[in-house]
Amino acid sequence: MKLTRRDFVKTNAIAATAAAAGVTIPGINSAYAKSDDKIRWDKAPCRFCGTGCSVLVGTKEGKIVATQGDPDAPVNKGLNCIKGYFLSKIMYGKDRLTTPLLRMTNGEYDKEGEFTPVSWDKAFDVMAEKWKVSLAKDMENNKGKAANELTSSVGMFGSGQWTVWEGYAASKLYKAGFRSNHIDPNARHCMASAVAGFVRTFGSDEPMGVYDDLEHADAFVLWGSNMAEMHPILWSRLTDRRLTGDDVKVAVLSTFKHRCYELADLALTFEPQTDLAILNYIANYIIQSGNVNKDFVSKHVNFRLGNPDIGYGLRPDHPLEVKAKNNKKRKDQIGSKEITFEEFAEFVSDYDLESTAKLTKVPAEKIKALAELYADPNRKVVSYWTMGFNQHTRGTWANNMVYNIHLLTGKISEPGNGPFSLTGQPSACGTAREVGTFSHRLPADLVVAKEPHRKFSEKVWKLPEGTLNGKVGYHAVLQNRMLKDGKLNAYWVMCNNNMQAAANMNEEGLPGYRNPDNFIVVSDPYPTVTAMAADLILPTAMWTEKEGAYGNAERRTQFWREQVSAPGEAKSDLWQMVEFSKRFKVEEVWPEEILAKMPEYRGKTLNDILYENGQVNQYPAQQVTDSDNNVYTNHEMDDFGFYIQKGLFEEYRRFGTEGPKKGHDLGEFDQYHKVRGMRWPVVNGKETLWRYREGYDPFVKAGAEVEFYGKPDGKAWAFALPYEPPAESPDSEYDLWLSTGRVLEHWHSGSMTRRVPELYRSFPDALLYMHPKDAKKRGLKRGMTAKIETRRGEITVRVETRGRNRPPEGLVFVPWFDASRLVNKLTLDATCPISKETDFKKCACKVVRSA
Amino acid sequence: MTETSQKAGAMNRRQFLSDTAKTACGVSLFGLGLGMYSQQASSLPPLAIRPPGALAEDQFASACIRCGLCVRDCPYDTLKLGRFGGDVLTGTPYFIARDVPCEMCEDIPCVKACPTGALDPELDDIDDARMGLAALIDQETCLNFQGLRCEVCYRICPLIEDAITLDLQHNQRSGSHAYFIPTVHSDACTGCGKCERACVLPEAAIKVMPRKLAKGKSAEHYRLGWEEKQKAGESLVNPDVEHQYNLPKGVQYDHGGKGLIKEKVDAVPFGGNALDTLKQHKAEL
Repeated sequence: MKLTRRDFVKTNAIAATAAAAGVTIPGINSAYAKSDDKIRWDKAPCRFCGTGCSVLVGTKEGKIVATQGDPDAPVNKGLNCIKGYFLSKIMYGKDRLTTPLLRMTNGEYDKEGEFTPVSWDKAFDVMAEKWKVSLAKDMENNKGKAANELTSSVGMFGSGQWTVWEGYAASKLYKAGFRSNHIDPNARHCMASAVAGFVRTFGSDEPMGVYDDLEHADAFVLWGSNMAEMHPILWSRLTDRRLTGDDVKVAVLSTFKHRCYELADLALTFEPQTDLAILNYIANYIIQSGNVNKDFVSKHVNFRLGNPDIGYGLRPDHPLEVKAKNNKKRKDQIGSKEITFEEFAEFVSDYDLESTAKLTKVPAEKIKALAELYADPNRKVVSYWTMGFNQHTRGTWANNMVYNIHLLTGKISEPGNGPFSLTGQPSACGTAREVGTFSHRLPADLVVAKEPHRKFSEKVWKLPEGTLNGKVGYHAVLQNRMLKDGKLNAYWVMCNNNMQAAANMNEEGLPGYRNPDNFIVVSDPYPTVTAMAADLILPTAMWTEKEGAYGNAERRTQFWREQVSAPGEAKSDLWQMVEFSKRFKVEEVWPEEILAKMPEYRGKTLNDILYENGQVNQYPAQQVTDSDNNVYTNHEMDDFGFYIQKGLFEEYRRFGTEGPKKGHDLGEFDQYHKVRGMRWPVVNGKETLWRYREGYDPFVKAGAEVEFYGKPDGKAWAFALPYEPPAESPDSEYDLWLSTGRVLEHWHSGSMTRRVPELYRSFPDALLYMHPKDAKKRGLKRGMTAKIETRRGEITVRVETRGRNRPPEGLVFVPWFDASRLVNKLTLDATCPISKETDFKKCACKVVRSA
Repeated sequence: MTETSQKAGAMNRRQFLSDTAKTACGVSLFGLGLGMYSQQASSLPPLAIRPPGALAEDQFASACIRCGLCVRDCPYDTLKLGRFGGDVLTGTPYFIARDVPCEMCEDIPCVKACPTGALDPELDDIDDARMGLAALIDQETCLNFQGLRCEVCYRICPLIEDAITLDLQHNQRSGSHAYFIPTVHSDACTGCGKCERACVLPEAAIKVMPRKLAKGKSAEHYRLGWEEKQKAGESLVNPDVEHQYNLPKGVQYDHGGKGLIKEKVDAVPFGGNALDTLKQHKAEL
């Protein structure tokens, strides 16, 4: 059916009227999707950021030939950003990996050998042999040890781009199968600080609000978020609210001018790290100006004094760590004690306007105007943040401190009011966080360190008591260090490009991967920088080459069906893990004392125990169809003989519905294939919009109005925390701040978007954004090649003094998407000591002319 | 370095250098035909853009001695030389923005290299160059006009926010999104062509063309009042006097444009001042 422009306008007008009246006109929406060109259309979430736009995927003769924004999706209503526009091309790069590649010399594995095509059998043989050596060593080392003392030398680095069930299968394989907690997702680089912040303040991860806040707020404050480029469709909604709402204000805070500044009513460019002081000043202002919502605070907030001086997450022998006071033990880093509201008020009173303006280098009137936005009782405010807050050596604190502001004013958990952390990956929430693929987590907000949580997980997973390891595993940054130190030896990197993404590649990442003691496996659709550093590369199915599910930033879980087959011998991550698990007899991974508790497991493989366990395999193979009775392939179902995605999801769902942490309920598997996603907690088929608010959230006790039920007494914790300096600041030799980040055209490390010719052309290479005066001082002109040096490495990049990003004097910005200009050779692997998330936004560099 | 595509009639720098020796002896011969090729000048193909500082096309055609020095000194291989039999006057420099745009070098080496002033030596700030003018020609295919978040042309623009701005509009179809419409400003656009090069469509929706082709002209007989007022800094005719209105209580009227304004009612059961409250009590007694 072809619509002329006039028809379109007419249809549109009818649809708009119908939408306004709240009715659905049958046939209108499908008019776009149903066409006579023999293209089969089916829904899927976008492969890129955490916004979770839905697209319709058009398949013809086994190939994705087109996509369109899904007009029925509430998030994007048919729109996409320019990355989403090219989704149909991301799978068809000419250099897709289609066969396993092993480093070999003369037909044998050799760490220094050349990548050589091998069969999956050969690949798994070599891989299992390496794992078994490590696992045998681990069993020997762990003899007689308590559950919370277990060590391991096998690990995995996973992803917020894994599908929900891939993350779940991985977590199970490592935590239950290999008894190793050394599994962590790349979301550690991205939102660990948000996680730690939510858990510390509210006792439960993820935002209370939803995207509908965008249409209800009167003011938006962006704390270290370049939403205009990184969350384009949400920015479109925010912009529309700014355009159409009455007296809507937008405030933007950043360390350099970026595209959000064009919409900003209030733009604050602050000295790196001093956002902490601004946050405390705002709390102080709210108190001093008498705008504390006393009723809310007395009913729903406890006050705590957090431990200061917690270090910088560097190696223990680093002078900064030797000097720090509260960094030697985990409990010191996260420690806090109860204080009164008055003591809190006293604490933040140090952050007055004058001293804050001086420290931050922001004009006092701007800081005050920002505080007024929050303090005004008649103004609904949403705070958004991404990496500016999270990638911060005090990232957890920054998160806690923005909650302070919302708690003091009671502007939280209701339409248009609330703090909202935006996510960078399509399933950072749905997979990394909710499934619990972090080194300290289990599904649905459970943690490995708590025995009752382990016991519950062991029950669901049908494991002998004491199987699960209670010692928190190596997080992302520690994994690279332990690889270098030879303590982590068998390592699987899946669905990410961590060699390019992780900080301090020269000193930690690369030496770790190339350490002769280690065997590194990388699963990816494309030959990335990380794959290049591996010993074995496994070709991987991507996006709609498998059935999947992602969970976006507003707790919306979205499913898709397999649309096309993966090229060559590429297999999904799920297939790879299940097949690998078949290579292990339980006696090779568990000690006798564990096995003795469930002797029926003797002689079984990990696949029998983890996946074909009577639960995961309870859904037989079936035909996968859509509402138009189109039939879809499911390669994993064909290979394993049961509906593994459904089995994994339904088992995982029990953590939410039966687990000790309430409010994590998901809907039934089949329902998700029908809807445009559902926002959890889903109870009796009903979704939850605003958590913790009576009426919206079914878990809030009647009459409580608001209940932060993640905490035992239902009260959130406001933290008194100080400003503390960054780990590395410019000095006379390294005289500039270096910040890294992204651009709209490319996603993360560019492994997908740089293979789309149009996107590559639109922004080919990373540039060094710097102030014209800084360039001039160094004898540099726009377009010249400059060398950026830090204490850890150097790269050469072309100078840009114009364009989209305008750093102030003293700061330079380089995006990290470019595999030819690896900016993470320069960055410092300092982290927030609580969240363990790297600060990619601050280190000291110098820029000189390149010879 | 960005890729360069070779088109018929185009010649890259390397080719040019190797060919120079061979053609040097033929230059005098070329001179004979100049008159003929000047004729061609007025029909410069619409997508062929002259280097920064190029004189008006007919003047340029006679001032340019086809020495190729500007092409030699272009660090980005942007500039090509018209080839014999091609659409562009033989031996004269030009570029096709979609292939290799002008990188707007601060020191403008092409202009410095020009021995005759065909590229105006007075041009010392590249921002003052007016090689051509970008025009967002096709609103039907441009993704921004459909509400997608592309704006690649805007973000790649070296004079972002001056030469290209985004005009924000409400998207009535979606109801909750905005259009981000790239808008070119001829007072700042140099015609470098980065936007056309970056456009992600198979055929660019934004194109750089000679200014004469791209630019319309406003008539003298009608002025845009708001622009004239802005230019003057005040109303051209004496400012409007303050108006008074008969209005119900709690309502204001703004003559300037906001129209009827209802005061926000405070959430207390009392009036705005003591006398009103007393009156209120009296009425209730």
